[in-house]
Amino acid sequence: GKQWYQRRVRGISPALFLSFADMLLLLLTTIVAVTAATGEDYGLGSFNILPVVPFPQEAEMYSTARRSLDPEVFRITPTPNIQEDKVIASSIARYEFYFSRFKPLPTSPDGTLTSLTLTVHSPSTPLSIGVDESYSLTISPSSPTASITAETRFGAVRGLETFYQLYNVTDGTFPSVNIKDYPRFAYRGFLIDTSRHFLPVESIFKVIQGLSMSKFNVLHWHIVDDPSFPYYSPSFPGLAEKGAYDMNHVYTISDVLRVTSYAEDHGILVVPEFDTPGHTLSWGKSLENFLTYCPGIGTFGGDYGPINPSIDANFGILQKLLAEVTSVFPGGWLHLGGDEVPFKCWQSNKELVAWMKQQGVKTFSDLESYYEEKLLDIVHGLNTSYVVWEEIFNNGLHIQPDTIIHVWKGKWNETMAKVVKAGYKTILSSPWYLNYITFGDDWVKYYEVEPYDIPGATPEELQLVIGGEACMWGEFVDATNILSRTFPRASAVAERLWSSQKVRDRKDMSFRLDKHRCGMCAREIPAESILHRGYCPYEFDGYDWH
Amino acid sequence: GINAEYGQAVIEPLTFAFVTKSRSALVREVFDRYHKYLRLHDFHQSLNVTLGKLEVVVKDPNEELLLETSENYTLSVTSESATLQADTVFGVIRGLETFSQLLNTYNYTLPSVHIEDYPRYKFRGFMLDTSRHYVSVSVLKLIIKAASWSKMNIFHWHIVDDPSFPYCSYTYPELCEKGAYSPDHVYSQTDVLDIIVFAYKHGVIVIPEMDTPGHTLSWGKALPGFLTYCPGHGNIGAPYGPVDPTNEEVYSVLRNLFAEVTNVFPAQFVHLGGDEVHYPCWKKNENITQWMAAHNMTGDYDALENYYEQRLLDIVNSLHKNYIVWEEVFYHHVKITPQTIVHAWKPNWKRIFQQATTAGYRCILSAGWYISRIYYGEDWQKFYQLDPRSFNDTATPDQLALVMGGTVCMWGEHIDNSNVVSRFWPRASAPAERLWSPEYITDVEFMEPRLEAHRCRMVMRGYPAEPMTLRGHCQHEYTWRRKHE
Repeated sequence: GKQWYQRRVRGISPALFLSFADMLLLLLTTIVAVTAATGEDYGLGSFNILPVVPFPQEAEMYSTARRSLDPEVFRITPTPNIQEDKVIASSIARYEFYFSRFKPLPTSPDGTLTSLTLTVHSPSTPLSIGVDESYSLTISPSSPTASITAETRFGAVRGLETFYQLYNVTDGTFPSVNIKDYPRFAYRGFLIDTSRHFLPVESIFKVIQGLSMSKFNVLHWHIVDDPSFPYYSPSFPGLAEKGAYDMNHVYTISDVLRVTSYAEDHGILVVPEFDTPGHTLSWGKSLENFLTYCPGIGTFGGDYGPINPSIDANFGILQKLLAEVTSVFPGGWLHLGGDEVPFKCWQSNKELVAWMKQQGVKTFSDLESYYEEKLLDIVHGLNTSYVVWEEIFNNGLHIQPDTIIHVWKGKWNETMAKVVKAGYKTILSSPWYLNYITFGDDWVKYYEVEPYDIPGATPEELQLVIGGEACMWGEFVDATNILSRTFPRASAVAERLWSSQKVRDRKDMSFRLDKHRCGMCAREIPAESILHRGYCPYEFDGYDWH
Repeated sequence: GINAEYGQAVIEPLTFAFVTKSRSALVREVFDRYHKYLRLHDFHQSLNVTLGKLEVVVKDPNEELLLETSENYTLSVTSESATLQADTVFGVIRGLETFSQLLNTYNYTLPSVHIEDYPRYKFRGFMLDTSRHYVSVSVLKLIIKAASWSKMNIFHWHIVDDPSFPYCSYTYPELCEKGAYSPDHVYSQTDVLDIIVFAYKHGVIVIPEMDTPGHTLSWGKALPGFLTYCPGHGNIGAPYGPVDPTNEEVYSVLRNLFAEVTNVFPAQFVHLGGDEVHYPCWKKNENITQWMAAHNMTGDYDALENYYEQRLLDIVNSLHKNYIVWEEVFYHHVKITPQTIVHAWKPNWKRIFQQATTAGYRCILSAGWYISRIYYGEDWQKFYQLDPRSFNDTATPDQLALVMGGTVCMWGEHIDNSNVVSRFWPRASAPAERLWSPEYITDVEFMEPRLEAHRCRMVMRGYPAEPMTLRGHCQHEYTWRRKHE
């Protein structure tokens, strides 16, 4: 028969109540025991009793009993207060669909699971960064009903994902567990760049699916930049009409709302970035006098550089555009960019230099400061949280105390030490530029980063580190390869941001991560392999070609 | 050469016809394929159609696909008429691909051109490892089809290796029953035939590799005594190492298995592997030590390896197949037949080429074309700049003639269905051009826009071929199938 390929399942002592650290120890012992027991596996992979990524904060094992899922009767049943809710209804439909696709397997002697109940205490809490995402999940050996209890709908979404990951697709069973889980960091982001290469909405949906599988909660949408301006603004339609690659490469307001709504269903908040005053070449195609003129030394060696701060009308444009953006994107967050502003274009423009003299603006740092202060005045009127790249802090600009500093350059530990000392909240990206691919197991170096590795920071200052963000910049990346480059490499970052600081065993993670990516492949997200050999019970099968 | 003239042809994709006097069903199947490609574009413009058909002439009705088979074609397009002449149907396949690439998909025009085209190298291969990770039949077909768009003609199928044995042999069914990852991770005889026929219809020859005596761990699960037992010194944590060359039963297994493989795969060649044989396992095995003493080989493990290879080659010779071997077999001085192709994969490939061609052997190159290794940025450029005939400035014409071409290799450590297509294409198209086009076509700046256009064409045909440039776009971007909404 087919038994020769099935992984052996090793039991553990019943009624063990474990902290996560004990849990890990137990996992490792189990791995060793199982590898020894299944010598013919040649170290291919190990049976892992809690193959969850990110690893939960607290888990206790009831017993070795493993109930099987009966896909024909299995239902996820919400409490009445959330039955009509869009996030809950779409999530239930999603997970019931995933389970319906698994092949039926023989029933476990320990019994079956026929339903999963969802209980949410505060069903009207909207999605925000810092919203309560905690949940508890119980799969009891004595009951055919499992349960997830959460304060908010978004905690329930996280719990559903954990439930999915606990399912062993080769024998069709669940472990008996009690999990209490919550994120370590409130901000767990992922950046997509749709300016260098465009991503069709369907491919952004796929990215969102994969992110939610790793319990990310922020999609940082770097929507426009130098090469193209795909955001189709009703206030300034010319920006996309002239600045997009072409009109098949734009996001209409309807597209944006589809993305934000789809993201919300997955517990993900979309933070749009309109990066200024640099990285704005594409804006200039439709806006006269918006960019600084500097023949031959502008962006990409062209004739235009950053926004020209000496022209007051430019701030009127920014005011109108950002007011529109904050009304289109729900959630009340905005990323203002502010990185990599080259001064040589400004320096070469005689009119601008004359204006500076007249206004008493002495240096080009002061000019940048002038620009940012006017921009932040605008943003303050929009009632939104906002993030800026670290240059705004590094260059000593006058910034409001509620500004969030996004660290992306080298020596991040030192930069963050200064940022938190100055009392600003901060987000880490420096070690997590996933677009820089290298051959081999580069996920390990992402995994081993510790965001609290900040010299001299006090516990209060560490509280200002609100999280981190993996970045997939758009050079060399588009819909063809973004998914396999992102997943599961980004999931290593996700675990660092969600799980306890003490969860860091690389070997254990390699097995869990490979299994995690197999769970993605089963859901038609092409996530690449982690182990150097092996297979997924359900291989990726989602190409559709002519 | 290409002679562009003024005056473009305008075609209407829905009614455009390929016509021929040939009676071949294969020719018509190829027509059907290229009709589909022409119709992929939405068009909303009114067209002043000037060209209604392409007349295709096939000189030789013989449809056997061999390494020597002519792939030459002549393509003439003017605003009013177009003809494609080829010696064989495989020349038609190459010519129609060129014709489809000439089409400007924004305005349905083709330039007036006269093209005489033929490959510079006869052996233009791509290798895929399906043992470390399994690749589904449908995805193998994607790769084969995309290879034909870059006019490659050899699929080197590294079908089995240490981690798994997905080939389902009819002689030894237990090899895949016990050696594959699971019953879902196998290539049945039907699958293998499906791949061979599919490849044939794209002008691609499938050459299987059954690598021995190393890289055979997965064989051992079904064949007790086949591998050398050496606890602590085996492969990837197992107590077994290479094939046990002292066991006579090994050779009867090899005889039966290679008899099968050479029947199943119609190619003239079989790849025998022979790379990376590690001696520590043999050294630890008492029986082998005793056997070597009895055969006056004490301590000489090169001699033991040669003994094995010679027995294997005798078997394959008796099956009347030619073979390809990794370079180790050549430089260990195993007696190989004059028809053998030596496959260089290590950094010192130039020395191997020099020695092998001096000795009169044919060579193919893979060193430098390991596309499974990824680098940030435009790594295709260094693949592009490598020429297999650049091994020695003073090589004689006879030596150069022995350089058959090369093979881009996709080893399986980090790839499977999820990423193999985007990792293959269009990066492999860079060496593909090196192997097909004239020697003097080497300028990366001339190649870059063509490569990007080529990848966008693949995307339009529904393939996730990845971008090769810092920024840009395709007319139609890749879209994922939507099942989950």
